[in-house]
Amino acid sequence: MAMLSDPFDALLEFQQALDTYRTSSWLGTGLSSGGAYPPLNVFRKGDDIVIIIEVPGVRKADLQIQVKDNTIRIAGAKSVRYGDDVALHRRERRAGSFDRAVTVPVEIDVNRVTAECRDGMLALFLPRAERDKPKSITVR
Amino acid sequence: MRLLPSSAMHTTEDIMARSQALEVQEKKELVSKEEKTVPARYYVPTTDIYETEDALTLVMEMPGVDKQAVDVNVENDVLRVEGRIDFSKYEGLEPLYTEYNIGYFARSFTLSNKIDQQRISAQLDDGVLTLTLKKAKEALLKRIPVN
Repeated sequence: MAMLSDPFDALLEFQQALDTYRTSSWLGTGLSSGGAYPPLNVFRKGDDIVIIIEVPGVRKADLQIQVKDNTIRIAGAKSVRYGDDVALHRRERRAGSFDRAVTVPVEIDVNRVTAECRDGMLALFLPRAERDKPKSITVR
Repeated sequence: MRLLPSSAMHTTEDIMARSQALEVQEKKELVSKEEKTVPARYYVPTTDIYETEDALTLVMEMPGVDKQAVDVNVENDVLRVEGRIDFSKYEGLEPLYTEYNIGYFARSFTLSNKIDQQRISAQLDDGVLTLTLKKAKEALLKRIPVN
């Protein structure tokens, strides 16, 4: 008998899948200049590439995204502010600037790239260039 | 962890955000004393805690958590915060390369009796949850004017 599908089982399965692709060689040597912040996950959605980046506390206005060929540059700054005259008990959050470039091993349609930022998550949608898409060959 | 108001005041330079290159902070998986009834992994939100004259403020990073998906409750002097991500957004996405994992966020704090448990407010902006815990009247600093 089939088990009822549990959303938490699905989440766990996805968490395990994400672990499996840690340090996958898909980007090859494409990870270039800048630091490793912000952390990003790269996904495939059909033919296209989706990059999801965690940027909690970074305002939209402080983000700069640039695309050139198949390289995406994500730059910005994150500030952490406290008021005056405060006693700090615990400080785990970090502030600073970042500048990171990622080169994906597929050709991107630069004009159709979109970016969305909500709840501290930045999503970049990178449509694969039409001419880079694999062509199906009919076997006769 | 106990939240106890302290009298140690830092200078402004101490706490001003310095401009420096950001480093990645690996997410910590939640190790809970209680047993969980769900199989999925939870993570500990990165948290700052600071105190002002009349309140204690907790600032937690919960990327991907929407306003509707945050639970804050106080029971037996324990403040418990849980943030749920919308996992359905990942439907149809096939991982190629990953640097972080996703999951719900949870963290608990033991409150001292100096906190007024009826006056806790919460605000969520850009994946950052700010909880303001007002101090109980008895705990407020009394200033004695010098004549």
